[in-house]
Amino acid sequence: MTSVALLGQILDYANRADPYPLYAELRRTPVVRDESGPYLVSTYWEIQSLLHDPRVSSDIRNLAPEAKTGPRTDDPDLPPSFIRLDPPDHDRLRRLIMRTYGPPHSPRRVYGLHGEISGIVSGLIDRFRGRERIDLVDDFSYPFPVTVICRLLGVPQEDEQRFHGWADTVATAIEPPVGTPDEQEAHWRAIREAHHQLADYLSGLIEQRRRAPREDMISALATDRGADESPMSLPEMLSNLTLLLIAGHETTVNLITNGMLTLLRHPDTLKQLRADPDLVIPLVEELLRFEPPVQLLPERTTLDDIEIAGTTIPQGASLWLVPASGNRDPQRFPEPDRFLPDRPDNQHFGFGTGIHNCIGSPLARLEAQTALAELVRRLDNPRLVEDPPPYRHNAVLRGPRHLPIAFDGLSR
Amino acid sequence: MAVDGSVERLRREGRIVVVGASLAGLRAAETLREEGFTGTLTMIGDEPYEPYDRPPLSKQVLLGRVPADHTALPRRRAIEAQWRLGVAAAGLDPTAKRVALANGTSVEYDRLLIATGVRSRPWPNELEAGLDGVFVLRTMDDATRLRHRLKAGPSRVLVIGAGFTGSEIASVCRERDLPVTVAERGPTPLSGALGSVIGDVAAQLHHQHGVDLRCGVMVTGLEGDGAGRLRRAHFSDGGTLDAEVAVVALGATRNTEWLAGSGLAAGPRGIACDAGCRAFDVRGIVTDDVFVAGDVARSPHPLFGYQFLSLEHWGNAVAQAEVAAHNMICPGEERRPHLWTPYFWSAQFGVNIKSVGVPNMADQIIVSQGSLGEHRFTAAYGYQGRVIAAVTFDQAKWLEFYQRQIEQAAPFPPPFTTVDRRTEGMRPVPAGFPDPSVPTHGPQVTVSGHSPTDQRVTFTPA
Ligand SMILES: Cc1cc2nc3c(=O)[nH]c(=O)nc-3n(C[C@H](O)[C@H](O)[C@H](O)COP(=O)(O)OP(=O)(O)OC[C@H]3O[C@@H](n4cnc5c(N)ncnc54)[C@H](O)[C@@H]3O)c2cc1C
Repeated sequence: MTSVALLGQILDYANRADPYPLYAELRRTPVVRDESGPYLVSTYWEIQSLLHDPRVSSDIRNLAPEAKTGPRTDDPDLPPSFIRLDPPDHDRLRRLIMRTYGPPHSPRRVYGLHGEISGIVSGLIDRFRGRERIDLVDDFSYPFPVTVICRLLGVPQEDEQRFHGWADTVATAIEPPVGTPDEQEAHWRAIREAHHQLADYLSGLIEQRRRAPREDMISALATDRGADESPMSLPEMLSNLTLLLIAGHETTVNLITNGMLTLLRHPDTLKQLRADPDLVIPLVEELLRFEPPVQLLPERTTLDDIEIAGTTIPQGASLWLVPASGNRDPQRFPEPDRFLPDRPDNQHFGFGTGIHNCIGSPLARLEAQTALAELVRRLDNPRLVEDPPPYRHNAVLRGPRHLPIAFDGLSR
Repeated sequence: MAVDGSVERLRREGRIVVVGASLAGLRAAETLREEGFTGTLTMIGDEPYEPYDRPPLSKQVLLGRVPADHTALPRRRAIEAQWRLGVAAAGLDPTAKRVALANGTSVEYDRLLIATGVRSRPWPNELEAGLDGVFVLRTMDDATRLRHRLKAGPSRVLVIGAGFTGSEIASVCRERDLPVTVAERGPTPLSGALGSVIGDVAAQLHHQHGVDLRCGVMVTGLEGDGAGRLRRAHFSDGGTLDAEVAVVALGATRNTEWLAGSGLAAGPRGIACDAGCRAFDVRGIVTDDVFVAGDVARSPHPLFGYQFLSLEHWGNAVAQAEVAAHNMICPGEERRPHLWTPYFWSAQFGVNIKSVGVPNMADQIIVSQGSLGEHRFTAAYGYQGRVIAAVTFDQAKWLEFYQRQIEQAAPFPPPFTTVDRRTEGMRPVPAGFPDPSVPTHGPQVTVSGHSPTDQRVTFTPA
C-alpha cells in the first residue's frame, strides 16, 4: 500500500487559505495511510459510511498504543465529554443534554432565542456607525456567538469576557501541537490552566443555579433528574459544558466569517441575497458544504478491521475523516467547487452525520442566517480589503483570524 | 427506430391513466412530468380527497395534534392532471386499453399505472362490524370518526390485533389517558412482523404504559346493545370485556377486486409485477403497458431469493412509483429495476422503531448493539447464515450500516466488534416467527391443454 504525506501539508499553515487542492489530491485515493500514521478518508460515500459504522469508535482509549499521537485534548481531570465517547455512555449523556436543549422536552429553547439573537446582531452592527472599515472577526463574528452561547447556558453578561478567553485557549487543543518540545509543553500547560479555571467557574455557577434555578440550560441540567437513567454527575456536567461552550462558539465564528468572505468573493450572490433575504436559508447550507468550519474529524479509531474502498483499515488505527473534502467530492456533488446558493440535494457534512451529528446545528443555522442576512442588508457596498485574509492557525476549525471589510455606510 | 419513435410520441402526446390517487399515484405523476411527459395524465381516485398522507393518521391525527384534513401530501411540482376524484375504477379491458369507472364512463390509456393500495380488513361478521363504536383505520374519514370518538372519552377501548397499526392506536389511547385493552392472537405484539423476541420488548412497552395486553387470545364476537351500540367483546378463552369502542386492526386486503376478469395476475395478495413494475397477466407473462406501484404491488426482489414481496411501506410506495413512472415512458434499455431494500418505521409508546430488510424471512436474531432490557437496541436478523434484516428501537442512526450489510449479503451472525455490544448480543437466538406453514389465501391457478399452442392458464381469485 502506498502512503502519502498529505496530512503534514494540510496541517501546514501555508495551505490554510486554500486547502481544497490538497483535498482533491487526497480524493484520488479514497482511503489512504498517511506516512505520519493516521488513515485519511476523503471521499463522500466512504466518509458517510464510516460515520454510520458501529465499528468506528470516538473513544481514543480504543486507539492502539502505537497509533496514539498527541496528548489528550480534554481536561485530564474530567471524564471525556460525550463527543469523545461511544454508546452507551455517549447516548446517555447526549440524551440528557438534549432533554434540556431540544425537542421533545425543550422544544422552544433555540427558537426562543430568535428575538434575542436579532437584537444582538443589530446591536453589534449599530456599533459600526461612523466607521468605514471593520474587522468582521473582532468586531462581529467573535462577540456574537459568545454572547449567544452565554445567554443559552446562563452565563452572566459580566463574565462573558473571561469566558471568551478560556474558550479560546481550550479550543487550540483540538489540533496537533506545533513548535519545539518546550513550546509544545507551554502550550499544553496553558490549556490545562484554562481548563481548570473554566471548571472552577462552572462549578460555582452550577451550584448557584441548583439552589436558585432560572430559565437557562445550566439550571435545567443542574436540576434535571433524568427520565429513567442517572442524571449527570458534576464532573460530567463540567466536561460537557466545556464542550458545548467551545463547539458553540469556535465554529459559529468561522461559519459567519467564511460566509461573509464567500459572499464578498461572489458579489452577484451578495446582491441576490440583498434582494431576497429568504435566500439565506439554502445559502447557509451551501456555505456549510463549501467552506465548513469543521474541516477534519481527527482521531477516530476502529474496533475491528474494516474493509472499505479496497483498503483494510486495521483495528485500533487512527482514523481521520476529511468532511470538507467529502463536501467537494465530484462523485456526490455536481460542480463541487462552485458556490451555488440554491444548490438542490445538498446533504453536506457541515454538521457531520451519524450519532455524533452536531447538536448545535439548529442554533448555528439560526445564528448564521440572522447574521449574514443582516450584515448584507445593512453594509453599503462592502468590499474585501485583502484576499485571502490572514487565517487562524487551526486546521481543524478553519477560518480567517481577521477579515477587514471596507464599506461606504450603514443602512437602517 | 420504430419503437423509440413510439416512445417519443408517447412522452409527447400519449395518454397515461393512474388509478389510485394517493401516495404512489401522486409521486408517479410527479415523476412522469419531471421526466418530460407532456401528454394527458388522468388521476382516478375513489376517495373524494386530494392525495394525503396516512402515517400521521394513527399518530398525530388520533392524538389530536393535527386535524385529519391537514395531512395533504406536499406537492413536489405541478402535475397538470385531470382529476377524477370520488369515483372508483370498476373494471379494466386491457385489449381495448380502457378503464371503466363506477359512474359508467370510461377512460382510454396508452399506459396504465395501478396504485390502488390496500384497505383495512374489516371485522368478518358484518352485523357486528356495523355496530356503532366499531372502527377500522385506513382513511382520513376513518381517522376523523375515530378521533372524534376517542375525544369523547370512552370508558374502554378494545384494539383487536397488535400489529403496527393496532399498537400505535393503543399507544395513542394511553397518551390520551384512555383505558385500553389489546387482544392479539399471536404470542406478543408485532410478532408477525418482527418475531417474538422483539415482540417481548413491545409487550413490555404496552405493560409499562398501562395497556391491558392479552396475547394468545382471539376476539370471537362483538355484542351490541338494543340501540346498536357496541357494548361487549367475547374472547376465545371464554372471557368478556365491556368496551364502547373497538378498533379492528387485523391487517389489510389489496384493492384488486375491480381487476377481476381483466386477465391480470391480481388477487388478494396483490398484483404480481416484474422488478420493472410491469404487471404480469394470469399466464405469468409480463405486460408492457400496465404498471403497478405501492401497497398493491407484489414484485420479485433479487436480494431475497427473487421472492415476490408485497410491502405496506411508505418508502416503498414512493420508490416504486418513481421507478414505475420512469419505466412507463422509457424504451427497454433505459428501464430501471425497483431494487428497494424494504424499510419501515413506526412510533409507539415514545419509541421510534425502524426496520430494514425482510425480518419475517429470518430464522435467527442477535442483539448486535444496545440492550433489549433498556428498550434501546439494534438487532440483526439472519437467514441461512446471512444478514437479511435489522430492527432498531431508538437507535435509528445505525440502520444504514445494517442496510449495507443486507445489501452485501454479509454473514450472520455479524462476526465483528461494535460499539455498545452487550453480553446478550453474544449469541444468536431463534427469532420467534409464527410457523410459516400458515394457510395461504392465494388464488387458484390451473393449467389445461397439452401442446404449447393449446395450453391455457385459468385463474380463480381466492
Ligand atoms: C394508519 C396508517 C399508518 C401508517 N403508518 C406507516 C408508518 O409509520 N410507516 C410506513 O412506512 N408506512 C405506514 N403506513 C403505510 C403507508 O401509508 C402505505 O404504505 C402507503 O399509503 C401506500 O401508498 P399507496 O399509494 O400504495 O396506497 P394507498 O395509500 O392505500 O392509496 C391507494 C388509493 O387508491 C384508492 N383506490 C382503491 N381502489 C380504487 C379503485 N378501484 N379506484 C380508484 N381508487 C381506488 C384508495 O382509496 C386509496 O386512496 C401506514 C398506513 C396507515 C393506514
